[in-house]
Amino acid sequence: MLKNLCQKMFGRSLWVYHANSGGCNGCDIEVLNVLTPYYDVERFGIKLVGSPRHADVMLCQGPAMRSTAQALKRAYDAMPAPKLVFAIGSCACGGGIWFDSYSVLGPVEKVVPVNFYIPGCPPRPEAIIYGVAVAVGLVDKKTAPVKFKQIEMPIPRYHPQDLSGRDELVVYEKVEKV
Amino acid sequence: MSVLSKLKEAVICLKAGRVTLPYPAQAQPVPEKFRGRPIFDAAKCTGCGGCANNCPAREILLFDLCQEIRILQYLGRRCAYCGRCADVCPEKAITMSHEFETGTNSIGDIQQRVELFMSTCQRCGRCFKEPSTLEQLKLKGYRVDDVAHERWVFRSKSYLETEPVVDDIKIEMD
Ligand code: SF4
Ligand code: SF4
Ligand code: SF4
Repeated sequence: MLKNLCQKMFGRSLWVYHANSGGCNGCDIEVLNVLTPYYDVERFGIKLVGSPRHADVMLCQGPAMRSTAQALKRAYDAMPAPKLVFAIGSCACGGGIWFDSYSVLGPVEKVVPVNFYIPGCPPRPEAIIYGVAVAVGLVDKKTAPVKFKQIEMPIPRYHPQDLSGRDELVVYEKVEKV
Repeated sequence: MSVLSKLKEAVICLKAGRVTLPYPAQAQPVPEKFRGRPIFDAAKCTGCGGCANNCPAREILLFDLCQEIRILQYLGRRCAYCGRCADVCPEKAITMSHEFETGTNSIGDIQQRVELFMSTCQRCGRCFKEPSTLEQLKLKGYRVDDVAHERWVFRSKSYLETEPVVDDIKIEMD
């Protein structure tokens, strides 16, 4: 649904504003790499603009920091609606390696709402193009949560959500009879 | 002079030809040593916790549902693809894949969750994993059945809160 909305709203020509709120510059270099003739993202109509007031999309790099969170928030507020936010790199997606340091507030999600995530440290230019292509609906996303159980419990079937604590023990409430 | 330089530029451009990659339409191979997203092989993992201890981003969580079930959860939001988990794993259960196309609109899409079956040592009471599935099946002592009330009783006290671990980010500002 978000994809349809994106296609309708943005007409496949995104003007992007590039905001670094405290990353190490690795992601910035990859984003600039995307704009070079080698990857040439302008063939999708994507254009880098210098002011958030002209932008449809904000590319966030780096975590929300104590010192930059307010500025990031203001840049987001300055963008005209409808607007999208892309979190590029593991700093922006989850806080990065230094997520627990004193100056890092956490992922940019804590400050601005994020629509698309492109993890990687830094993500390959191809990965960034892929994320943008997912956003404008050129390709389908490939990831899905993976769950694996090493053993299926023998009958009766086992559901972790039916476990409950009871004074000294953990008991399994619902037993499915065979 | 300027016309000449323009001509020279044109010649250079023509000589270079077309360099733009036809990327999303056509797959782009990665270099041999590229590290993408780590993939967990649940059949090999013994739940030792080495990866969780060594991850610099604390992206691998390990918790015990009860004495018998251990959950290994890889969240992937701030994974730096550094490969330390794959390096440290004694069972070689983690491979750094070449997968990089992980752009998504929901951060929970990247997570991997492995439910491991552990059994209890009769002597020391700690968890271990039997080598084969057959031995796991042969082992019957991992739970006691409360026949009177028709329910299972696990030996351990610890159990999991039902809240999800991934979408736990709360918006707060200074
Ligand atoms: S994700 Fe990695 S490369 Fe990008 S800004 Fe953070 S530390 Fe630097
Ligand atoms: S690759 Fe590095 S950051 Fe990612 S899960 Fe493994 S140890 Fe953690
Ligand atoms: S993946 Fe490897 S290091 Fe991590 S818990 Fe399993 S066996 Fe241990």
